[in-house]
This record gives sequence, structure tokens and C-alpha cells, in this order.
Amino acid sequence: MTQTSPAPGAADTASTTASVRLEGISKSFGNSYAVNNVSLDIQQGEFFSLLGPSGCGKTTLLRMLAGFETPDRGRVLIDGQDMTLVPPYERPVNMMFQSYALFPHMSVADNIAFGLKQTPMARGARNLRVTEMMELVQISPLAKRKPHQLSGGQRQRVALARALARHPRILLLDEPLGALDKKLREKTQFELVNIQERLGTTFIVVTHDQEEAMTMSSRIALMRDGQIEQLDAPRRLYEFPVTRYAASFIGSINLFEARVLQQNGDEVRLSCDEAGADLLVRSSEKMLPGMALTLAVRPEKVRLLSPGEQSPNLVRGRIKEIAYLGGISIYHAELPSGKQVQFTQSNVQALAEQPLSWGQDVLLGWHPDSCSVLTE
Amino acid sequence: MFRRAPLLMTVLLFGYAFLYGPILSLMVYSFNESRLVTVWGGFSTKWYSELLHNEQILGAAWLSIKIAAINASASVVLGTLAAVALVRYRRFRGRTSLEIMVTAPMVLPDVIIGLSLLLLFVSMQTLIGWPAGRGQTTITLAHITFSMAYVTVVVRSRLAHMDRSLEEAALDLGARPLKVFFAITLPIIAPALVAGWLLAFTLSMDDLVIASFVSGPGATTLPMVVYSSVRLGVSPQINALATLIVVIVAIAVAIAGVLLYRQEKGSNSRKE
Repeated sequence: MTQTSPAPGAADTASTTASVRLEGISKSFGNSYAVNNVSLDIQQGEFFSLLGPSGCGKTTLLRMLAGFETPDRGRVLIDGQDMTLVPPYERPVNMMFQSYALFPHMSVADNIAFGLKQTPMARGARNLRVTEMMELVQISPLAKRKPHQLSGGQRQRVALARALARHPRILLLDEPLGALDKKLREKTQFELVNIQERLGTTFIVVTHDQEEAMTMSSRIALMRDGQIEQLDAPRRLYEFPVTRYAASFIGSINLFEARVLQQNGDEVRLSCDEAGADLLVRSSEKMLPGMALTLAVRPEKVRLLSPGEQSPNLVRGRIKEIAYLGGISIYHAELPSGKQVQFTQSNVQALAEQPLSWGQDVLLGWHPDSCSVLTE
Repeated sequence: MFRRAPLLMTVLLFGYAFLYGPILSLMVYSFNESRLVTVWGGFSTKWYSELLHNEQILGAAWLSIKIAAINASASVVLGTLAAVALVRYRRFRGRTSLEIMVTAPMVLPDVIIGLSLLLLFVSMQTLIGWPAGRGQTTITLAHITFSMAYVTVVVRSRLAHMDRSLEEAALDLGARPLKVFFAITLPIIAPALVAGWLLAFTLSMDDLVIASFVSGPGATTLPMVVYSSVRLGVSPQINALATLIVVIVAIAVAIAGVLLYRQEKGSNSRKE
């Protein structure tokens, strides 16, 4: 159920240098599991995302890393040291809170200096560090302001600077962009990635926003009901989801119920009543004839074919719905079986000569490499 | 205004007259020349100067202020501790009984509190020899008992509205729990502490019933002096004294109100 693909270049040394290692972590509140037997390794310098809907246990997992919750079972290791029972104020980890949690009675500079004041440090060095942090997130002119005099975006920066001031080995970010508006969110995404690359700190982000996770992360753990559904690089998670849940959580996707006819090497021929045709897919997994599975094709992988054109996967349909989004258009075509297939077209020309219209009959096809097989 | 809702305005006027009329007449008659409280004999401040030479009343006022200040300070400390325990620690042994004990003094009649405390002090003296006799100490203890309840309520609501993640952020930044309490929690709930202190001070200055039960010879608080002298025949000195008290209490209540208002506004702007 959990597929792990190691981070680039870290595969064989994973066991010794894991920045964070969770071993069989479980935590329940009352009768229900918030986190159920989760194990994972996060490498030093990774930008790692915990993605999932609310209530999937991602925040609980993050809070266990910070030390605010104690797991019922399992161990939390940070840089190889057992931190399961270490209180938050003794962990080499800092957290950026969803609400930012800026101290309302302190100025921006005092907020950032707070963490530094908890360790013995010369005043000069501390001030230097505060200045450096404010420059890093570009809030130097705001040093003397109080949190209530700042905009949402500025507060977010102060929170980030405060969490980074102590040079944490790992920075935990709880929905770091959740409170920002869309424009600012997109801009801040890239800034976060830049800062992370510059400092080399391990970032662990909790988010429910799949786009956010896709743009920023080196790896994503998709969570569901307290367990990791799939753990992969963003690209693999999108192109090769392993379960229906993973397939439909990220982006939109067409799912076909199919049955295995025969396997030749890595080519698998399927019969599919919904598609009204036999389909071809590539899979290296061993499949027995008669086995039921689900074929998943992303809408942008479905091509509109010209009449007479051939494709290994070919279906006929009739346009039912058109949504024009500017850059692309989304079409829904109904197959003879009643199955709806979604596909997209880039609007290459401002005024297409023969635009698709409602009720038009179309031929659709896709490449056997461009779809994936879900067995669950 | 009158034209728009004459009935409403009349009711309002009567309401104000009802509330403030007695106080106002008391204040006016404190400047009365005549010895008879009910007969106006011209303007004078002589009762104020006579009051300033009345050792008994001044002594009682001083005692009351002392008791009220000690009571307020102790109540704020104990009330805050109780509030922190009730808000921050969800489950502990005796939680329910603490909740009941903390709210009980607010709903119990003063007579019952006074009587039960008197019995407690008497038996304590018999058993452990402390408090020796009744006087300032016992009145202060009694006042702390019920003032603390009010302080707990005020501080508790402030704590409950405080964002828990502020404390977590401080812990996360390396501050130990005690440090977090003094550096983060206390400054944020400070307005509630000040309001609680003023409330406790006023409650203590006001109390007659409980103080009468637990006081002994030599410890006569201001309300007790006023009450007893009224029974012997009202002297306009009492009016002068009452005027001073009303002014002081009004100022204290106004300060508490402003602080509570600011606190409300502060927490609202933070929610935006």
C-alpha cells in the first residue's frame, strides 16, 4: 500500500543520515487513531510535505515531531537520536504555526530574538542574528512594529524568521501559506523554496493544498485516515498514483474499470466495457488474465484524434460539456456506455478554425505509457 | 428624542432617577450646613473637615484599605493559579470539586459564608492555635476566600480566549514552562489581572456582612463603622464619607471597565 521511492542521491545512506526517522508511530485520541503505524525517513535538506485532507493525521504527526504530542507507540528519531519523550524546548526543531502565534506584546525584533534569548549568547551576536533574519525574509523596516500593525503576509515572514533564528536542524511548517490570498501564496511558495535551498535546513510542511505540495516539495507523503497512502516525488505521485485515492486526490483523472486479457512482456491488454474497446497499458507487474483493475488516465494525456487516425487506446464519444479556462479548455465527452471522459486542450490559437462544439462526435486516444494501473 | 419615543424616554429617566437619585442626594447633603440630614441649611464643607478629625472613622478607613489591598493581591495570585489549573489542565484529580469550590462563594449568601468561616476560625484556633483571636487577619482571609472566586472567573475567561499556540511557540523556541508563563502568558492576561485586582479591592471595601461575622474587638472596618453610626443617628459626616467612597469606587470601576474594554478590543483585532 505504501510505495517508497528514496530521495535523489540519498538512497543507500538513508539508514545512517536520516534527518528524521519515524518508527511505527501511532497516536489515538479517544477511540480513533489520529496516526496509525506510520514509519518514514526524511533526509537532511529535503523539502518534505505531508499532504492530506483535514483529519488525516498530518498535523498530529507534525506536533509529535515538535514535541507537543507524545506517540502512544513508536519512536521519533532526529539525527539518529531518540526524541520520543524529549520536551519541545530541548529539540533541535522549530515550528512555524498556522496562526503564526506571534507574541502580541513584543515587537517584530523581540519576537525574532525570543528564541535566541533562551540560550546563552552575547547581545551583539544576538542582534546581528536578528538583523540577518529580518534581511533574509525582507522585513528589516518593520523591526519596531507590533504584530497587530502588520499585514498577513508580513506576519507570515516574521513567523518564518522567528522559527529560523535558532538555526534549527529541521523546520516544521503548519499550513504556512494557508492564511494568505492566492497571489501572495504563489509568490511566497517560491520564496520558501529559495530560503530552504539557501539554508539547507530540512523543511517539513503540512498542507491540504495539493498544488502547494506539488510546487514546493522534493517528496510528498499523501496521508489518509492516519496512514501514508503514497510517498513519492511530486511527479511520480501525479503520473503514477498507486491507489484510487491517490489518483483522485491530486488533480483530476479518468478511471476505467477493466479486466486483464493477456500480458506480453510489459504490455498488458485489457478489456473494458466502460470504454467500449480493448485497451493497452504498460506495466511490469505480473498480471493474471481475468484480474480486475482500474486504469487511470489524466485528462491532459487524452488526445483528440483526427478522423482515421489510429491509437492503441481508442474510444469514441460525444462532447457533453465545455469549460473554457483561458489557457486551456476542459471537455467532457460521453462514451456509448454512458461513461464520461474528461480531456483538456491547450488553446494554442486565439480563434480556433474549427472549435469543438456541444454534441460533436470525437475520437479520443492516449499512449499506453501515459496511463497507470491501480490495483486498489 | 422626546418626540420620537416619549414613553421610552420617560422610562429611561425614571430608571436613572431610581439608580442615581439616592446617591446624588447623599452627595448633595454631604455639603449641608445643618446638623439635621433632612433639612438644608446652606452650603458647607465642615463635615469633611470634621471627618478628617474623626479618629475612629479614619482608623476604620485605613484598616479597610489595608485589608482590601492585601486581599486583592492575594486573590489575584490564587485566582490566577486556579484559572490556569482549570483552563490549561484538562483532566486532573479533584477538578470538579475545584470548579465547584471556586464558584460557590459567588452564589452562597454572605451570611452563610460569614458564619461558616467564623466556625472554621474558632475551631482552628482551638485545634492549632492559629489564627489567634479574630481581627484583621481573619477578615482578610475571609475576603480572600470569596474575592478569589471572582478573580478566577475574570482571569479564566481571558485565558480561555488566549491562543494556546502562543505558549507552544514559546516552548518550541526553547523557553521552559515557567519561563513561558512569566514571559508570554502573564503579559497577555495582564489586563485581566488588573481588572481582577480592582474587582477584589472593591468587593472587600464593600463587605459588611462577612466582616461582621469574622471580625473581633479592635478590628472595625469602614462599612462596620458606617453601619453602626447610622443606627445611632445619622451624622452628615457619614454622607461626606460615603461621597468619598462613591468617588473612589467609581474611579476604580471606570479603570477596570476601560481595561476590560481594551482587552476585548485587543482580542478582537487579533482574530481578524
